[in-house]
Amino acid sequence: MRVFRLALWRLAASLPTLLLILAGMFLLLQLAPGDTVDALMAQMGGGDAALAEELRRFYGLDLGIAAQLWNYLVRLATLDLGFSAIYGKPVATVILERLPPTILLMAAALSFAFFFGLVLGVVAARRVNKWPDTLISTLGLVFYATPSFWFGLMAIVLFSVYLQWLPAGGFTDITQSYTGIAAVLDIAQHLVLPTLTLGLIFLAIYLRIMRASMLEVLSLDFVRTARAKGLTETRVVAKHVLRNAMLPMVTLIGLQAGTMLGGSVVVESVFALPGLGRLAYESVVQRDLNTLLGIVFVSALLVISINFLVDILYARLDPRISAGS
Amino acid sequence: MRALKAYARSPSALIGSAILIALLVMGLGASWFYPNDPLGLAGRPLQWPGANPRFPLGTDPSGRDIAAQLFHGARISLLIGFVATSIAVVIGIAIGAVAGFYGGAIDTALMRLTEAFQTLPNFLLLLVLVAVFGSTMETVTVAIGLVSWPPVARLTRAEFLSLRTREFVQACRVQGLGDAHLILREVLPNALPPVIVYASVVMAVAILLESALAFLQLSDPNVPSWGNLIGLGRNVLRTEWYVSAIPGVAILLTILGVSLVGQGLNDALNPRLAGSR
Repeated sequence: MRVFRLALWRLAASLPTLLLILAGMFLLLQLAPGDTVDALMAQMGGGDAALAEELRRFYGLDLGIAAQLWNYLVRLATLDLGFSAIYGKPVATVILERLPPTILLMAAALSFAFFFGLVLGVVAARRVNKWPDTLISTLGLVFYATPSFWFGLMAIVLFSVYLQWLPAGGFTDITQSYTGIAAVLDIAQHLVLPTLTLGLIFLAIYLRIMRASMLEVLSLDFVRTARAKGLTETRVVAKHVLRNAMLPMVTLIGLQAGTMLGGSVVVESVFALPGLGRLAYESVVQRDLNTLLGIVFVSALLVISINFLVDILYARLDPRISAGS
Repeated sequence: MRALKAYARSPSALIGSAILIALLVMGLGASWFYPNDPLGLAGRPLQWPGANPRFPLGTDPSGRDIAAQLFHGARISLLIGFVATSIAVVIGIAIGAVAGFYGGAIDTALMRLTEAFQTLPNFLLLLVLVAVFGSTMETVTVAIGLVSWPPVARLTRAEFLSLRTREFVQACRVQGLGDAHLILREVLPNALPPVIVYASVVMAVAILLESALAFLQLSDPNVPSWGNLIGLGRNVLRTEWYVSAIPGVAILLTILGVSLVGQGLNDALNPRLAGSR
């Protein structure tokens, strides 16, 4: 329970951060040319100044900026993100519709990067400075340097156009209406390439961190003790080293959560996935600032909750943390 | 001198430097190699590389020379990468130094700000900045700098926290030297090496951010950017995939060069760690 309290305390500490982000974003978007009413009027096909005035009063846009900010924050507290003039729906509804593909993609990419980063990092560290290590480290460098959107395009050329193994984009096959297990398999098939594309750079980062942290832990005294007990090398790694060496990787998940969400903007655009990232791109192109602000809010919430989960996981892996504080 | 020797001994540093020097030559000599406007019409569109000796890398969907765009794009990528990195490093050092040196309430406030920037996905913030301030090359460069400073600030702060209580700093304090002198002349030079190494990561990320933005056609359309070309090639991906493939290789090599130089700098400036990597 201490672990949970500690994580909750961290969660509470991130509230001022969230407030700072929202206030900063709100003020920033005040600088943008045009407001919701302009967008609405444009969609209605124009109108006179009196109507614009009326609408501004209706949406509370005739108040001072401080009052508007206060109103916005109060509405946010009730999870009212405003209305999207472009989609003709409340922003919260638009975002909720787009959230599942993004969360699925992020979870898949993270698992892929974490698992293979771990395995490759361990293999490289156990054969340090021999050819497997050199090969894996070089691969890591190249993966790190590969722009994700370019990798995605090339994967489409190879796997969708030439080999025709996997679909080139989209979230489901719109020509079929699958149900049950077939629908799950269909979505999984559509997510293979996006997952590889988004996960590649994180795989490179994780394998590098895992290798370095394995090497560090392998040189510690307790490992020598374990070896002196006569344990086999595999047992030493699996039972004694792995758990300790994983800690930096777990920290990294929290630190990289925002980067991953940002990366999904590009990946979702490449593969035409109807997710949050693509929504962000569309709302920039269409100047739908209400939606953009909503996405910023939801992304910040998402990053904060991922960090909350990481805190709990971290404390489970390392009992010293919950005992220490 | 010792650091320079260590740098020259590291193979990754040599390969990285070679790549970056080649790119620099490409970028600086772009107007000499390809004096015509790289975004102007050069020939029949969509000629495959090698099909026409005048265009060794082929032409894009608008009939523009891909090789010319590659050379001029090197200039743009390096320029944006360098300027954005400088902006990020200056902001990061300023905030990290003040936070780490003074501590207390100032530190808390500045770290809250840093946290706010780190909680927000940097690409999303970049999109917002571009949506608000437009997408000329200048605003894009400044925006990339503005979203990239938080890790630099954290690193600088950590260095300052460990350095500010050392004897040599206290000795200067006793001599009655001002805070500005202490920060700029005493602590900062000692805190710089890891920050310089980290600047290579910032530069790699900055170049990737710019190319991703250009790929989405949200960067300046009037400059020959690699990302732009990849985005244009997307429309003909199924048949003429080389239009997207070629500039992608250029980006890959650039990031590789920057990372390798960073690794070399790390080996040279942190000799303690050199053995373990």
